[in-house]
Amino acid sequence: MERNYTKLWWQHCLAIVGFSVIPLLIVNLSLHALFNDIYTDKVSENLLNRVEARRDTLDLFLNERVAQIYTVAHTNKISDLIDEAYLGRVFSIMHAKSDSYVDIGVIDKAGNHLAYVGPYYDVLKSANYKNEPWFYAVMSQGLYISDVFMGYRHYPHFIIAVLIREKNETWILRLTINLKNVDDIVQKAWIGTLSDAFIINSTNQLQTLPRFGGEYLSAPIFKRFGKGTDNGNIPYPDLSATAKTRVERMSIQGNDVFIAAASVRSSAWVLVSKESPDEILSPLAQGSFWMYLLTAAGLLAICTGAALFTNALINRIRETDRENAANSDMLLQANKMIALSKMAAGIAHEVNNPLASIAENAGWMKDLLVEEDLTANPNIKEFSDAVDKIEQHVDRARKVIHNLLGFARRMEPAKEKINVNNLLDETTGFLENEARYVNIQIEKDYADDVPTITSDLSQIQQVVLNLLNNAIDAIGSNGVVTVGSRYLAKSNEVEIRIADTGKGMTEAELNKIFDPFFTTKEIGKGTGLGLSISYSIIEKLGGKIKVQSTVGEGTIFTIILPKH
Amino acid sequence: MDNAIRVLIVDDEDDFRETIVKRLNARKLQAEGANSGIKALEVLKQKEFDVMVLDVKMPEMDGIETLRHVKKMSPEVEVIMLTGHASVEFGLKGMQLGAFDYIMKPAPINELLDTIGQAYNKKRGTA
Repeated sequence: MERNYTKLWWQHCLAIVGFSVIPLLIVNLSLHALFNDIYTDKVSENLLNRVEARRDTLDLFLNERVAQIYTVAHTNKISDLIDEAYLGRVFSIMHAKSDSYVDIGVIDKAGNHLAYVGPYYDVLKSANYKNEPWFYAVMSQGLYISDVFMGYRHYPHFIIAVLIREKNETWILRLTINLKNVDDIVQKAWIGTLSDAFIINSTNQLQTLPRFGGEYLSAPIFKRFGKGTDNGNIPYPDLSATAKTRVERMSIQGNDVFIAAASVRSSAWVLVSKESPDEILSPLAQGSFWMYLLTAAGLLAICTGAALFTNALINRIRETDRENAANSDMLLQANKMIALSKMAAGIAHEVNNPLASIAENAGWMKDLLVEEDLTANPNIKEFSDAVDKIEQHVDRARKVIHNLLGFARRMEPAKEKINVNNLLDETTGFLENEARYVNIQIEKDYADDVPTITSDLSQIQQVVLNLLNNAIDAIGSNGVVTVGSRYLAKSNEVEIRIADTGKGMTEAELNKIFDPFFTTKEIGKGTGLGLSISYSIIEKLGGKIKVQSTVGEGTIFTIILPKH
Repeated sequence: MDNAIRVLIVDDEDDFRETIVKRLNARKLQAEGANSGIKALEVLKQKEFDVMVLDVKMPEMDGIETLRHVKKMSPEVEVIMLTGHASVEFGLKGMQLGAFDYIMKPAPINELLDTIGQAYNKKRGTA
């Protein structure tokens, strides 16, 4: 019963790998996911803080501007302010420590420019603002911060205007803010190489120049990076309705981005900031890389370990199996031998007595034939022949019985000093003529270091003779019989080897070879007892007899005898 | 006939025993048979024998047991043990107990005659 070792190997190996790899993967992946979440949260929070800081800065800037304009509007008489020389002095004071303003103007309630100081004097001095949207707004609200617009100067700008009341008359003090200041504030949010920040108004029009894509007063355009860059016209989602600051990770036409939006308090603007996850989450990507690398290394280690360990284990199992099989084979053979020898002895005994009677009676008849004067009887020769035949066949039966009993006998073996090589020489000598006659060569392969052993010479000789006979019979004619000896120093045993180049035997034949009455020879040629007797003799001498055979190549019998 | 060798054949196998007796008598020996150990001891009480051929394997009283009694009763009788091959041990044991020799069954008549002759010579030598 051969075990399927390959299947066992895989089962064991996969079990080890499975039980180690699954927990490893679960732990690694869940830790990674957890870390991912935490880190993403952290990054989002950072982004939120950053966009709010920018927004606050912007608010501060606008509030300061408003405060300054207010101060100017309420600390000067309108009669002074409409004097352009006076207004020019005020403006140069305002402008002395900052470049926040482009121009300044005073407008009456009919929309006429009463006074103007700034670079667009020719265009704007004569302008009437009565129909401008901001004009209505400031008239009704008293203070107005406009969106960016082109106006008469055809250049993007925005204004802050306050209403001045004096003696039931109203004027408007109007200042154009330098857009560069706002741009500077917003652009401080361009941190990464792919990040962007801009302001949109309540109708999703750009109030500042974004880093990528879009012009003043157009809708912001999303720019894609990386392979197959095709800018097309992907718009940003409309974030103009943002009230509460928010950070979102979203997909714009398949592009993963972080978008943060914060509403500017002092106007209707929304500050939008965009970040690329690749950039801000790069530590995370690095973490992933290491996780995969370490996991792969772990898997490799586990698999290698499992394979090596399983190999060792399977080899051990295989060895144990082999030993067990050998032991059980030997035990089986020994048991079989005991049972068979008992049976053989029983049969021999039962047959022996009638055989003895037949022999004696035949003998008696023979005696009588000699004594009596029966020569006259015409059948005398027939009687005589018949009696001879009886005796002859009784003798044949007796030989079989003696062989059988020889197999079963339990005689104490003699103890003599034997030179094994001499014994082999002597024994092969008996058969050399016979072998030569059928053209079989007997080759000798003796070792020189074979020691003298103590055993039963004649019994060993009987066994060797039997094996040589078998070898010659197995070859038939034309072949080589090799007789060898060897000293097994490790176990202090002597090995005798008889190999032939005969027809060999099949596995089935080999299994039965030591059974009594088993023979491969023709009927009548062999009793089938030789090898079973040889087996029991060697066994009794404390040795072992083994056989190896290959069909078509020959058979090797090995006898191992203890030195003592 | 005075110097004819007196032989007692002890064997439970009738055909064998009777034929042997006939054949020995035909060869100028004075042979008799006994079909068991007990019978043999009875016969031995009444008559004197030179040689006894004793089968090892018999019912009731086996050859070894019989030999013990014989050696007590009439130690001068030489005993030849008749044994199957497998009971060589018994043959050897018999010799330890004082038997002259042992013969394996079935034995050719000449071998038996030879051994009987040797046993007789030994007995005469010692007598």
